[in-house]
Amino acid sequence: MNDHPGLDLEGVTVSFGQLRVLDDTSISVGASEVVALLGPSGSGKSTLLRVAAGIITPDAGRVLVHGVDVTARPTHLRGVGMVFQDNQLFPHLSVIENVAFGPKMAGVARSERTERATRWLRRVGLPGFDDRRVTDLSGGEAKRVALARTLAAEPAVVLLDEPLTGLDRELHDRLADELATILRDTHVTALLVTHDRDEATTIADRTVQLADL
Amino acid sequence: MNRLPRWLLVALAIGPVTGLAIFYAWPFVTLLAEAVTATAITDTLSRRSTWEIVWFTVWQAVVSTVATIVVGLAPAYVLARFDFRGRTVLVGLLTAMFVLPTVVMGAAFLALLPDSIDRTVWAVIGAHVVFNLAVVVRVVGSLWEHLPTDMEAAAATLGASRWKVATQISMPLVRPAVTAAATIVFLFTFTSYGVIRILGAPGTRTIEVEVWRRATQLGDVGGAAVLALLQLAALVAIVSWSTVAQRRHARAIGLLATSARRRPRTSGEYRFVALIAGAALLVVAAPLAALVLRSFSTPTGWSTTAWTDLGESEIRPGIRLGIDPVEAVVNSLTNAAWATAFAVIVGALASLAIVAAGRAGRALDGGLMLPLATSAVTIGFGMLITFDTAPFDWRASWWLVPVGHALIAVPFVVRTCVGVLRSVDPALVGAAETLGASPVRAWRATVVPYLWRPLAVGAALAASISLGEFGATSFLSRSGGETMPIAIEQLLGRTGSVLQAQGFVLATLLAAATVVLVVIVERLQSPLAGRAGR
Repeated sequence: MNDHPGLDLEGVTVSFGQLRVLDDTSISVGASEVVALLGPSGSGKSTLLRVAAGIITPDAGRVLVHGVDVTARPTHLRGVGMVFQDNQLFPHLSVIENVAFGPKMAGVARSERTERATRWLRRVGLPGFDDRRVTDLSGGEAKRVALARTLAAEPAVVLLDEPLTGLDRELHDRLADELATILRDTHVTALLVTHDRDEATTIADRTVQLADL
Repeated sequence: MNRLPRWLLVALAIGPVTGLAIFYAWPFVTLLAEAVTATAITDTLSRRSTWEIVWFTVWQAVVSTVATIVVGLAPAYVLARFDFRGRTVLVGLLTAMFVLPTVVMGAAFLALLPDSIDRTVWAVIGAHVVFNLAVVVRVVGSLWEHLPTDMEAAAATLGASRWKVATQISMPLVRPAVTAAATIVFLFTFTSYGVIRILGAPGTRTIEVEVWRRATQLGDVGGAAVLALLQLAALVAIVSWSTVAQRRHARAIGLLATSARRRPRTSGEYRFVALIAGAALLVVAAPLAALVLRSFSTPTGWSTTAWTDLGESEIRPGIRLGIDPVEAVVNSLTNAAWATAFAVIVGALASLAIVAAGRAGRALDGGLMLPLATSAVTIGFGMLITFDTAPFDWRASWWLVPVGHALIAVPFVVRTCVGVLRSVDPALVGAAETLGASPVRAWRATVVPYLWRPLAVGAALAASISLGEFGATSFLSRSGGETMPIAIEQLLGRTGSVLQAQGFVLATLLAAATVVLVVIVERLQSPLAGRAGR
């Protein structure tokens, strides 16, 4: 753990109707640190990530990115990227348009964002995939595109929601190694949610049990 | 699976096929023959007013469609994405508007709008929008409801503002549904007739209205026939284009199996939902409320006179106008009873034949759907000019109007029945046969019992179609045989507040009857949905 703040969730409480999903939960991820959050299905891990991303508004608690309180900020102004379990690639856009979507939203000029997207596609091992349709990708390819898309937006914090769940064993292990390398190389602050202990130790600097928070 | 003897299939199909040939195909051929004469075509196409009418028909339909989509998207989104109290009621109200007879919708807008604009193209477009909101809400909403909300969340995490998410992600994804909804709305408004007969001014005539005017007011049968075919050609072109367009834009989107609806969470969401739902409620409730209120309104204040004196056809002692509202109610009920009987019998026989007869069945199915694709005005017009010479001069026959209504209603009866019959497990027939039943006996024991419930639904649909039918009836009904929609149009077209109020009374009654029938349909259908697949 380091002293520079990356992502801090403080006293987060979320209820859906009568059901209290998170109760005064806090977690702290240092700058450039990769933390894995372990817990069984339905324990509220995903909800915690969604609170961090601003997709779910908590009933109580604060979200801080690099020490700045962003609790009241809408998702698109938080600088928080997220890799979804089912990727959520945009089916009406090509692979490169998906990856260039973040830079486009940030107002990056067309030539520069294409170049940046191409670089990220190479980085995740998909050179030449630019004009493919995302609906034609294999599970592993789609996962890589989703990762490239999130990182190409250059977020301050990356959230990964069970990113490798549902892949076959061999692909899972290979991608876990690659993911660990990429996250390390880009020095990004990351919070990974998983129920797989091996995956957590492979990718993360530190592992936390949701039950302990 | 087709193991029924040929004689039975022929016996089932002969009635529907004969009916279709006499009352649809023959008039259609007559219409073609009328139109395909050199003078009729050149006269009509070289007339400037023809192109003015075509132009008006197109632009009012385009404006109506765009306005319906623009107005409908927000409620479609709110109803698809949020659960809130009154949601079902709002969806029901929107749907009820869609099934209201066209003259009732016209009457409601006449009641709602001030005199200065109630007979203008803007009133027409307003009525079209309210009429067709349900198309947008249902067609676009059903896709929106199952679109993963995480797709939008993903865009937001990539820095897309709410506006960018809407324009760059949500809209492109629902675009196929928007195209589909727009096509449906365009088809309805392009062929608009009843609404325009009530709300239109002399300069606002669609092709349909012009067909009626030429055929019945000016006696230019050839010109009317050319226009009817011109419109039919345009409809075919639009439907083909939309089929191609929808195929091109079809995308494999990972849709959710379950609905993504949830209760609003933040106060902003609550305000948004309340605002949109409230506005939608106002838009649909206001015309209906105005309709009912105007039926109680007289120059001297509120009164129930129009209701209590409905049978008084004398406007002043000794002076009658030839429109008897009570008689119109009786005529409508009689017509509806016969039309329902015809449609149910033909529809039942046809459905059984379609399901049992494989490829020939599909041909019959397609043939019986044709009246649905032909406008009611064209059907009525064709029948009018076909059955006017002995020995087929049937214009004065009591059954001609119900037959016309049945022709329009049969597709609905067939659609409700065929779906259910097709879902009957073929193994049941086999099982009955192994127990010693002959093929016909096995079919009667296993397939036929499934017919009654969808047939009841079809009967209610047929009754509501017949009660509200205006297009074909406006050609076929004879003086003294006016149905409610015809009487409404005539009453509202006259000056004099008593007559107007009576028109609003009839429109209110017709609206109530239609809503009751549609509620019956919904009630009958909902438990059926769970049963059909088993």
